[in-house]
Amino acid sequence: MKHLLGTQDLSREEAVLILDTATQMAATQEREIRKLPTLRGKTVVNLFFEDSTRTRISFEAAAKRLSADVINFSAKGSSVSKGESLKDTALTLQAMGADAVVIRHWASGAADQLAHGGWLHGSVLNAGDGTHQHPTQALLDAYTMRRHLVDGPDGKGLDGLHVAIVGDILHSRVARSNVHLLTTLGAKVTLVAPPTLIPVGIGPWPVAVVHGLDAALDGPEIDAVMMLRVQRERMTGGGTAFFPSPQEYTRLFGLDGQRMARLPEHAIIMHPGPMNRGLEISAEAADSPRSVIVEQVANGVAVRMAALYLLLSGEEHM
Amino acid sequence: MIKAFIIAGARVYGEKAADVAVVDGVIVPVADAPSTAVRIDADGLVLLPGLVDLHTHLREPGREDAETIETGSRAAARGGWTAIHAMANTTPVADTAGVVEQVWSRGREIGLVDVYPVGAVTVGLKGEHLSEMGAMANSRARVRLFSDDGICVYDPVIMRRALEYVKSFDGVVLQHAQDLRLTEGSQMHEGEVSAELGLTGWPAVAEESIVARDVLLAGHVGSRVHIQHLSTVGSVDIVRWAKSRGIQVTAEATPHHLFLTHEEARTYNPMFKVNPPLRTAEDVQAVREGLADGTIDIVATDHAPHPSEDKDCEWAAAACGMTGLETALGIVQSVMVDSGLMTWRDVARVMSTTPAAIGRVSQWHGRPIAVGEPAHLTLVDPRAEHTVDPSTHASRSRNSPYAGRVLPGRAVATFLRGKPTFLDPRLEGAFA
Repeated sequence: MKHLLGTQDLSREEAVLILDTATQMAATQEREIRKLPTLRGKTVVNLFFEDSTRTRISFEAAAKRLSADVINFSAKGSSVSKGESLKDTALTLQAMGADAVVIRHWASGAADQLAHGGWLHGSVLNAGDGTHQHPTQALLDAYTMRRHLVDGPDGKGLDGLHVAIVGDILHSRVARSNVHLLTTLGAKVTLVAPPTLIPVGIGPWPVAVVHGLDAALDGPEIDAVMMLRVQRERMTGGGTAFFPSPQEYTRLFGLDGQRMARLPEHAIIMHPGPMNRGLEISAEAADSPRSVIVEQVANGVAVRMAALYLLLSGEEHM
Repeated sequence: MIKAFIIAGARVYGEKAADVAVVDGVIVPVADAPSTAVRIDADGLVLLPGLVDLHTHLREPGREDAETIETGSRAAARGGWTAIHAMANTTPVADTAGVVEQVWSRGREIGLVDVYPVGAVTVGLKGEHLSEMGAMANSRARVRLFSDDGICVYDPVIMRRALEYVKSFDGVVLQHAQDLRLTEGSQMHEGEVSAELGLTGWPAVAEESIVARDVLLAGHVGSRVHIQHLSTVGSVDIVRWAKSRGIQVTAEATPHHLFLTHEEARTYNPMFKVNPPLRTAEDVQAVREGLADGTIDIVATDHAPHPSEDKDCEWAAAACGMTGLETALGIVQSVMVDSGLMTWRDVARVMSTTPAAIGRVSQWHGRPIAVGEPAHLTLVDPRAEHTVDPSTHASRSRNSPYAGRVLPGRAVATFLRGKPTFLDPRLEGAFA
């Protein structure tokens, strides 16, 4: 595996290997000295065309704990407005000797272009491209589910689990990444959203679709419910809003205490963050003992350590 | 310049082999050719009337970094074209007699292809006020085609007025059918591929609803309307229905909508970004069938050159469009002729005779290959299989989506009023 661009490219074996490696990485983080020498001398560039402090510091922590040198490169704005193209940025990073580039970009496909444009020799790790893919988010979600819901998780997938992904599927790279990865790992996925936030053309997706959170709770037992952030700009703009009002959204799709009580005892509540408390998730649900939202953040570092390690430490692992 | 020559043994319209003699730019009986006439061995080649493109972006004035009238003319000659219609979305916009006359006279000066400017329907392509179409029609450029191409004439009242107004000089409105509201932020065809790639969709209905509206409007006011770059199953059906009702609608298909599908977007290579977008395999099939059965009248290139910096970037930031003048003939041969859907005589109809008629230039172009007619001729080698290499193209831009693809044939000589405007190296000797 040279790049990590999207979950659709991952085989079950590769995905399980990343999760197992993440388990080992997490174990090292319990030690007194958490830094591993594995990637000493390697240079990892965090190339962020879009603000995301959370994702950037997660990757930065992961790379540093593997002893890589980290360069943060913030390239805000579009290539057009900035006058510097993705290509020129890639050539610059190549000249600086980047072994891996972690890219977050507002444009779908930017990570693929960086990996296959012929501008760069290093590995490319997609940290979110437009509304396309965010593979490490899906991996950390799968890791979190496996830890909580699968006995003796090492070497295993998520076979037989049922995951509900609730919210703005249309604009969500987290949802796209999770649909591929979770089904590759054997889970069943139900998408829960108003029809306006489901993409046209998902016929081939291996998912069920329902148009209300209550309908989802009436259906097959849910093991994990993943609430997606609803962006402000989807609610405003008069005729271009995707649903009538935030209140109506919360009524139909919000996870509150009552709906949480309808979940089975063992079910976990997830959110990629940052949350809109009171909109897609109530404080009661977010702060409940079944919420694993804060743990997702910690798991993110372990999963990203695993991904960097497997991409950069040689062929023998994949 | 050689004044007299004989094209010997070409299959005229791809049919019977014959000799065609040209003296002083006019086709003459072979017996009338002087004994000094140059003889071009055209054994195995196909002779067509010079091709006429109703949809070319020459970019001059304003974007001479992408194309000039000179480089575009040379690209056209190499592709087998003898007349091209230059779209109005230049800087300044071709919405006045001054701009269209400038483009027209520059085309004459270069003399490689007859350049007919298309006038803008609305001032500055803004869709708000009709441009002075009468002045453009009465100028030396004699404009008959009007289009805001690149942007739809969206306001139904403006569209109605334009359709009515151009009747006074036998003009026609060419519509870029795109509902602007349904395609805000759009990046590619809305369907299974866009859903997976996370690129904002351009739904087929956004084209079809405007096509439907405009054929109904044209029928209501008794005007002609021409649908540009028709790309969907539904649009083909609507145009077929309109024609059956006697509405004066014509339509064009581009080579890329006859050949490529939205699957190409999976590479995120912006060379495949175009407006309207590449559609599904079913749409491509419908466009081919529509062209074969006459629902779609013509092939037009929508040659849209862009400098590399406008394509060497993120898909969402990239410009829409692809070059086409130098590859159109090979693609039409591949998908329509070699597949058995059309004959070479049909190709002459959809790439020369009918476009000339729609453009109201058929007193000069799209003429039959017959004695007494102007010698606008295109010699095609249907067995000149070649791999497309945009770096060898005459166009100033390199944004061809066909790089690396193998096409079965191409033009090997183009004559404008008997003057060779392009000669394949192997034929150059004859004219040396």
